[in-house]
Amino acid sequence: MDLAAILVIEVLSGIAGLALISIGLAVIFGMMRVINLAHGEFLMLGGYAAIVATNHGVNIWIAMLVVAPLVVGVIGMIAERAIIRFLYGRMIDTLLATWGLSLFFIGLVTTIFGTSVAGIRAPLGSVAIGRYNISVYRLVLIAVAAAILAVIFVVLRGTRLGLIARGTMENPDMAAALGVSPPRVYAMTFGIGAALSGLAGGLLAPISGVLPTVGAAYVAKAFITVISGGTAILAGTAAAAGLFGSVNQLLTYFTTPVIGEAGLLAAAILLLRVLPHGITGRWFRGSL
Amino acid sequence: MVAVALAVPRVVDEFELLQLTVFAALCILALSLGVVWGYGGILCFGQSAFFGLGAYAYAVTAINLGESTGALILAVVVPALFAASLGYFMFYGRLSDVYLGVITLSVTLIFFNLMNSTAGDAYRIGKARLNGFNGMPSLPTLNLPGDPGRVLDPTEMFYLVMALLVIVYLGLHALMASHFGRVVIAIRENETRCELLGYDVRLHKLLIFTLGGGIAGLAGCLFANWGAFVSPTVFSLAMTSQIIIWVIVGGLGTLLGPIIGCLIMQYLTTMFGTQQIANTNLIFGVIFLVFVLLVPRGLVPTLARLGARAVGPPRARDVP
Repeated sequence: MDLAAILVIEVLSGIAGLALISIGLAVIFGMMRVINLAHGEFLMLGGYAAIVATNHGVNIWIAMLVVAPLVVGVIGMIAERAIIRFLYGRMIDTLLATWGLSLFFIGLVTTIFGTSVAGIRAPLGSVAIGRYNISVYRLVLIAVAAAILAVIFVVLRGTRLGLIARGTMENPDMAAALGVSPPRVYAMTFGIGAALSGLAGGLLAPISGVLPTVGAAYVAKAFITVISGGTAILAGTAAAAGLFGSVNQLLTYFTTPVIGEAGLLAAAILLLRVLPHGITGRWFRGSL
Repeated sequence: MVAVALAVPRVVDEFELLQLTVFAALCILALSLGVVWGYGGILCFGQSAFFGLGAYAYAVTAINLGESTGALILAVVVPALFAASLGYFMFYGRLSDVYLGVITLSVTLIFFNLMNSTAGDAYRIGKARLNGFNGMPSLPTLNLPGDPGRVLDPTEMFYLVMALLVIVYLGLHALMASHFGRVVIAIRENETRCELLGYDVRLHKLLIFTLGGGIAGLAGCLFANWGAFVSPTVFSLAMTSQIIIWVIVGGLGTLLGPIIGCLIMQYLTTMFGTQQIANTNLIFGVIFLVFVLLVPRGLVPTLARLGARAVGPPRARDVP
């Protein structure tokens, strides 16, 4: 019984982790069709922002939930204005340019912070479930991931801002004719996607630690999740994170973490062979 | 070119000779992506996966057999087979360019993690211990076919690698001029039209991808021979990005471009690496961005066009 509870929590926390690292990418890719290969580095920068802020005496929750997304959001907006806006519609070129950006960030952070692992202690300690101890922070992460998805849903579906964003992505010329400035919407959307990545990076910093090349560990999983999810940002990310998170955590639990990762990739390749347009290409069409 | 290659070992010292040998091996790697991406239009972020597989296939077989000829062959066959099976899922699943790039990138990263975690006695193939992130040291290097006692010395190794580079270059040149090559280029230009004309797009893409995988494996084998060492860094993100940068800097759609790009970037890497002016990633990132934004066609096509413009009116075939 205890074991079952632990296993459920493990699986849920795997799903939450995948959803967290993917959602920023899903917003940028799903809304703007921009493949952001610097996504892993946005997560990494978020982690560093949270750690540096905490070490300078900022409350850890403020550092993770406010400082990290703000810093990375601003960096994202600058990147969009300086580089990405010249490449809209040229998918392969954006992919290459963002990869260049990713190398640039890795190099920059290595120069500033060195190559050692930086970390902060996870707050809140642990709680006992039967014979097992589980970190309360993991439970918080599951709740935060669910909350983030819910907030994005409400903003996109229910607010004027979300309507403008969706309309501009659907038809920029029409939006411009109605008095909306598409470049500003693009910059905002990219900034929000980057901020979400920064938030995720900050939240995961206590669990995984941060080093300049940590982005590589995230970016593959995030992309697999977003692409397998398909066109619908929220439903797709949630469904794919649910599927791959379960596969990954269960395999990890019964074998090793590496087999878990390989299993995740194998599941994704098989899934894309059967459903080339992702999960939401077949089901939940037209959802957000 | 052959005359220069023959004369080189007489004029440079042994260190420079080894340096040139590895440059030549990496040029073969650059060619493999040059043909897959530049001609096939398949943006593969996983070329280093095939490179690494070739290196590991060589290492494991050479240690087990104690003889290098079979290992050399396997180092080409194993990556080619892997490329074929991966390509089957990607091309017959009709994934678009972008998904393809992401899948190949993920495969490389997974290989990197997988190989890093193979430390310890449990992970061995026959007599060969994989050794995780420490890599496999003191590999048997190439010997004359059938005579394990007769190992190639650095000069012979240099000749062999140069010869293979020339053979791969000329072979690809001939292939691209053939009917098959023309169809591959046509697919890059307009996939739907080729399909409507009755060509099997998926098969052609699969074949060129498999060929690229095999050539990358050959380069990996030569690279493993050069240091008598192989470690998971062959699968690393840095390796993958290097290959892409070579092709971008040199120029897409040419065979000379990747070679030139590889030589320039390797020279720069060696220079920055020894002088510690700045972080290599930082510089690579900036070069990457500059080329994508300002010189998207790469050096060789851009210079060729400038040259053509200086000589006379632009010819129609310069326009992509």
